[in-house]
Amino acid sequence: MLEIADSAAAAVAPVHDGACVMIGGFGVAGQPVELIDALIAQGASGLTVVSNNAGNGDVGLAELIRLGRVRKMICSYPRQADSWHFDRKYRAGQIELEVVPQGNLAERIRAAGAGIGAFFTPTGYGTPLAEGKEVRELDGRHQVLEHALHADFSLTRAHRADRAGNLVYRKTARNFGPVMAAAAGHSIVQVAELVERGGIDPEVVVTPGIYVDTVVRIASPGQQDPPAGGAA
Amino acid sequence: MSVPRTRDHPLTPHELAAVVARDIPAGSYVNLGIGQPTLVSDHLGPADHVTLHTENGMLGMGGLAHGEDVDPDLTNAGKAPVLETRGCSYFHHADSFAMMRGGHLDCCVLGAFQVDREGNLANWHTGEPDAIPAVGGAMDLATGARQTFVMMGLMARDGRPKLVERCTMPLTGVACVSRVYTDLAVFEIADGRFTVRETFGIGFDELVGRVDVALAPAA
Repeated sequence: MLEIADSAAAAVAPVHDGACVMIGGFGVAGQPVELIDALIAQGASGLTVVSNNAGNGDVGLAELIRLGRVRKMICSYPRQADSWHFDRKYRAGQIELEVVPQGNLAERIRAAGAGIGAFFTPTGYGTPLAEGKEVRELDGRHQVLEHALHADFSLTRAHRADRAGNLVYRKTARNFGPVMAAAAGHSIVQVAELVERGGIDPEVVVTPGIYVDTVVRIASPGQQDPPAGGAA
Repeated sequence: MSVPRTRDHPLTPHELAAVVARDIPAGSYVNLGIGQPTLVSDHLGPADHVTLHTENGMLGMGGLAHGEDVDPDLTNAGKAPVLETRGCSYFHHADSFAMMRGGHLDCCVLGAFQVDREGNLANWHTGEPDAIPAVGGAMDLATGARQTFVMMGLMARDGRPKLVERCTMPLTGVACVSRVYTDLAVFEIADGRFTVRETFGIGFDELVGRVDVALAPAA
């Protein structure tokens, strides 16, 4: 049964200490800023966070890391021009890091939501990120065994939800949202617009409501300043 | 045998980007890596019929957005704001990398720290002990695109050539690079050797003296 939360605080209330939390977004695009702020206020700690990056500037995930609430980061690109809080924690040995090639990260998340335990992929073969992993030659290529990546919770941002939990996104803010919502035991989505059932054309639904547990409407999502530069 | 010396000076990154752009066939789906390869898009117009892919979920990516056109929900892989082109499409991250891994992208152009004669690529991690590893989509692109081209300065900042006998830095992909565009020459890689296609502001013999790997002139 879909829960429509009254506030971001209510939406993230169930997140417990030690939880694995997926956080959507690619840089600023698709980042659930208000949900992350609510998680900061909520206080859960010892978290494992799965997100493409490891925080930008002094807000959102970067602040969660600064506060020492993240035990482990699983991401593809932690080091950025403005990832100073992560960099400091990492160099001080206060945060664990698992670096995953971006496509493997996305597919491991997708696999979890699709009930696939593991898969073989050519990405990463012969590199340090494949060390210790099973390799097979399939279709004439060396492929590496990668396991599904599950989470207790996901925090993502979509553009519009209806009261059946169906979601549509905006432009490249879609990024990890659909696969994270499916991979988490409890998916929490902030949206700019909430409409009645039937308010979204069924032909254009991107995330069907079956993957969505909690929706909260944040009327005008805050936007951080886009970072000056950096990489994927 | 002589290798054509097609310019009388080493190429600037912008001039080199134009050379790369000219080699991309019409109808191609292409991913341009962060850094120098991004410049290639400045030399591709609608008449070239090249569709740009960005790994954060878009085909038909346009140029950089400025002023009122900036939309925080529409960025490239470097997280800079970009524009749509007519006929573009959006998709989620797993689909974006599926089209890459599945061999649907005709080519990608990446920067590099080192490329060796087997086509092995090192471009994500210097291997220095205090470096924070960060790979992004580099491994997926190097392995997934049907052709992987490198665009880089031939010499590293410390003056050492980036074409090497065997990569000493951690690899990004194995036997994936087939062509290397540099400020001094364009190299093809096949059957474990470098072949020089053309040079810029340098003769073939002088080029041979600058690197520590065997070079063959183009037949």
